[in-house]
Amino acid sequence: MKILVLVKQVPDTATKIRLNPREAAIQTDGIKWVINPYDEFAIEESLRLREKFGGEVVVVSLGPVRVEEAIRQALAMGADRAIHVVGDAVLDSAGAARALARVCQDQEFDLIFTGKQAVDDDQAQVGSLVAVELDLPQATVVIQLEIDPDTRRIRAQRELEGATEWVELPMPAVLTAQRGLNEPRYPTLPNIMKAKKKEVKTVPLDTLGLKDAMWVTIEELTLPSERPPAKILTGDPGEAALELVRLLHEEAKVI
Amino acid sequence: MAQGILVVIHQENGRVRRVAHEILSLAQSLAPGHVTAVAFGDQVDQTQETLGRYGADQVVLLSDPIYHRYSSDGFAQALKGVCEVIDPEALFFPANAWGRDLAPRTAGTIGAGLASDCTEVYRGDGGRLGAIRPVYAGKAYARVAIHTPRQVFSLRPNVQTVVESGRAAEVVSVDLSLDASDFKAIVTEVQESQGAKLELTEADVIVSGGRGIKSPENFQILEQLADALGAALGSSRPVADEGWVPHSYHIGQTGKVVSPTMYVAVGISGAIQHLAGISGSKYIVAINSDADAPIFKAANYGIVGDLFEVVPRLAQAVRDIKQDA
Repeated sequence: MKILVLVKQVPDTATKIRLNPREAAIQTDGIKWVINPYDEFAIEESLRLREKFGGEVVVVSLGPVRVEEAIRQALAMGADRAIHVVGDAVLDSAGAARALARVCQDQEFDLIFTGKQAVDDDQAQVGSLVAVELDLPQATVVIQLEIDPDTRRIRAQRELEGATEWVELPMPAVLTAQRGLNEPRYPTLPNIMKAKKKEVKTVPLDTLGLKDAMWVTIEELTLPSERPPAKILTGDPGEAALELVRLLHEEAKVI
Repeated sequence: MAQGILVVIHQENGRVRRVAHEILSLAQSLAPGHVTAVAFGDQVDQTQETLGRYGADQVVLLSDPIYHRYSSDGFAQALKGVCEVIDPEALFFPANAWGRDLAPRTAGTIGAGLASDCTEVYRGDGGRLGAIRPVYAGKAYARVAIHTPRQVFSLRPNVQTVVESGRAAEVVSVDLSLDASDFKAIVTEVQESQGAKLELTEADVIVSGGRGIKSPENFQILEQLADALGAALGSSRPVADEGWVPHSYHIGQTGKVVSPTMYVAVGISGAIQHLAGISGSKYIVAINSDADAPIFKAANYGIVGDLFEVVPRLAQAVRDIKQDA
């Protein structure tokens, strides 16, 4: 089974977001960059499928030179090789999907796997848009997966509000991973050493011939407004509880 | 010229969720008299009256058996066909599990830009629609512009005001000539989750527990408070990772992002990822024994104290005041 896994490098979720006042962008100095947490579930599931059925796991990433660190980490988890589309341009979801799809279509694959969303822009679009670009079916937000290599059919369980559903679809397909699908492995030291020698093919973004203008742009970024200082109650638990309920009833009017 | 808003409705057994009322109301306020609702599936005809009440001037009801089972690619093809007939300037989707799957699929299929999970959609100076949406799970907000001729937005539940406008909901029939072979990914089975009473992303009040709860059995104390408040139950990430509660309870940057009227954080210290996931809450109430816990800086109200003493008394006080009211 050949699997392409789309990996994005994002700021660590512990990052305190500071804005760059002159641009609609965040300040990136001092940021710790990591693999998008949901993409880690996609990498892990791809590795497990390869361990079960044989084949190859190829990492496909898009972004500036720094992204190679995330790629090496995915290789250290066990991916076989990688393709890095290198470019500094800011792309929207549709632009990123077109670039990734362009690279994917030159590869042989049975599955394309990625995270359900990236935890930076939170658009949750690239998986679906790659699927549309390549005219493939999709199953998003997958928490459990069953694959029959003989019939080339996939059963994927998705999380809904207060329920789950099973989707059936044929291969090749695009899947996006949700927390709960698996527990991603940590790279071992020998695998980190091995990853340094694995092939990372670089493809300059501007050689892909993508000319489309951005469909969606960020005009302005703002920080959420600060809450007024909290009313903090201390002392006897019974009295504090009564006073809190009074405030919630009379002042906030939420009870 | 393209005009009006096509509101894509998720219905089951003739019933729609509250988010449908919310996005219809918003659409009617932005494009008065030009709102079309489209809904799919078995018993879809029963939604007509509700769709009109909350703002649909006309409705497209796709009741053919091929629409009885959800298919992201099939439904996106159908919506492409509906767009060709209705010619809307914009499409609205609910940003729930269903809409988050279908909106990007549809946007790609019709070649339109999508702003996901918006908390606000407004009509800008040039007459086009713009939106505000959270990024970094709510650590920042982006004002976004969509430049394609047709614009697509998904709207976060629990944010928009519901207005009953009592529109006509006139039925428009659209001939789509799709057949089952056009549908590749198909839902074959739906299972209700165990124990999940109220959905976090739709809940008006949430009671949430963190490591301060100390053991899974102690979640019962929170359940009492949640029952008294009519609240949904959530948790911080460590508690879900420990397996004390299912992953679906986890609120935060890599879990659920919520926007209730009141969020009650019990025994949660307030890691930055958790605070991001609750920043859309109108009121945050914190109960924690550590007066220096970061959660108090994010809260509107707080009690510093032992949650095992405070929470049962709080539950009783809530029951008392509700009885009096």
